[in-house]
Amino acid sequence: MLRDITLGQYYQTESVIHRLDPRTKITATFFYIISLFLFNRVSVYALAFLFLGSVIALSRVPLSFIFRGMKSIVFLLLVTVVFNLFLTPGYPLISFWRFTITDQGLIIASFTATRLIFLIVGSSLLTLTTTPNNLTDGLERLLNPLKTFRVPVHEVAMMMSIALRFIPILLDETDKIMKAQLSRGADFEHGNLIKRAKNLIPILVPLFVSAFRRANDLALAMEARCYRGGDGRTKMKPLRYQSRDRIAYGILVLYIAGIILAGRFSPI
Amino acid sequence: MGIIEANHISYEYTRRDDEGTVLEITRALDDVSLDVHQGEFISILGGNGSGKSTFAKHINAILFPTEGTLFVDGKNTAEPENTWNIRQEAGMIFQNPDNQIIGNVVEEDVGFGPENMGVPTEEIWERVYEALKTVGMYEYRKHSPNKLSGGQKQRVAIAGVVAMHPKCIIMDEPTAMLDPMGRKEVIRAARALNDVEKVTIILITHYMEEVIYSDRVFVMDQGRIALSGTPKEVFSRVKELEELRLTLPQATLLAEELKKAGLKLPAGILSEDELVRELCALAGRRI
Repeated sequence: MLRDITLGQYYQTESVIHRLDPRTKITATFFYIISLFLFNRVSVYALAFLFLGSVIALSRVPLSFIFRGMKSIVFLLLVTVVFNLFLTPGYPLISFWRFTITDQGLIIASFTATRLIFLIVGSSLLTLTTTPNNLTDGLERLLNPLKTFRVPVHEVAMMMSIALRFIPILLDETDKIMKAQLSRGADFEHGNLIKRAKNLIPILVPLFVSAFRRANDLALAMEARCYRGGDGRTKMKPLRYQSRDRIAYGILVLYIAGIILAGRFSPI
Repeated sequence: MGIIEANHISYEYTRRDDEGTVLEITRALDDVSLDVHQGEFISILGGNGSGKSTFAKHINAILFPTEGTLFVDGKNTAEPENTWNIRQEAGMIFQNPDNQIIGNVVEEDVGFGPENMGVPTEEIWERVYEALKTVGMYEYRKHSPNKLSGGQKQRVAIAGVVAMHPKCIIMDEPTAMLDPMGRKEVIRAARALNDVEKVTIILITHYMEEVIYSDRVFVMDQGRIALSGTPKEVFSRVKELEELRLTLPQATLLAEELKKAGLKLPAGILSEDELVRELCALAGRRI
């Protein structure tokens, strides 16, 4: 039952976007998100829509897959829209009972909603087209300069990739412990929330014990294989920028320039 | 000179309470001396708590002897500057296959050791492919370790050590968590490494069937070496082995019973094939 949980939301397919260096994709996502917050103009959003649309088309990730991820933010979206719609002062358009919708409210609500949707779709494209491993590698390389400030970049990246490896193993283990406790008469399905939470204790305790034991074993195994931190390590799969990454960076610069031009000089 | 030279080593576990007063001292290794030569296949047998795993951890410089000295390839394990050299030259395989695989893809895991040693990228790939071919896991190089069977995972772990080009591999109960098929796979891989690559193998186990191919066997009990010799020599001492609560291979047990019943079988029969051969020879003589 627990095995069905898919981790991350990587969508496996062959595309230019998938093959891009993770650093390129992380940087692009970062600047794309910033670009959404720079100006409140229709032309800017149109440009952002065009950019996002072409990236989606290039990535060959089906639209239905992208919008599945949107479900979780529908509530947040509704709250933002409703508050902006009714609580912004301005010239009243429609009034009923105690509510008034103003022209400003309408504009701000639609801008915010578009911004949120673009934001979520843009950042989920990153995880949809990049394997978790690649993502960790890319982050490690991008954050490398922080090492001068004693930020343990390599260690954090190593922890992330080990966590990724052990999640399925621990899920399996949870499944086993759950079945073992069920067979001894444990009840996970009845009672109120507090009671159910309490019933989880006989699962969590053995799970934690075994996780610590595994961690201990793994540390030993890593040391036995000469692991001594990030210094002096070589990479089996080093990240190297290809020509497609240079082109992607070029397009990104053009896009940002376009956003600034549109934000400054377009009438709407 | 031998690859491993243990001179009267002892190791004590000290248990302390919160204030640091000593509660109890357990002597896990007690005056152990043994020599292993380059290219040998050595087995160390013993029940739970016999000290065999403690000894294994000494060879990899994870534990250090309380008394005595241990040399691995001429380097004293107690000297900190030797630690990383020793760990590279004496690779270690652990019991639980899940807890020693670090990579998310088979080939990445095999590359982990060479990466740590600072081997250049191109050479890492050569070593990884070579190591995976040696253990017969080359076809699985792009797979996730989670999808492999226990025996396959353990072979990946062996490949991970082989890629570091060690002179010696210590296997600490590598088959304890595997099914009979997986056990065969792992033992076969270990023997192939010893035969073809001339890597010294130290196999630590409590399955007697696995030691019959080794050059020499050491039986440990309560931190001491109780018996040693070739498998034939060791297995002919049925009484002593039974006193150490070790289960003998079925063929050896049957031969022993037959001898008691009056058949003139030689001592130290190890495998079924051997027993069949001896019985046929005996029958042929009678007819």
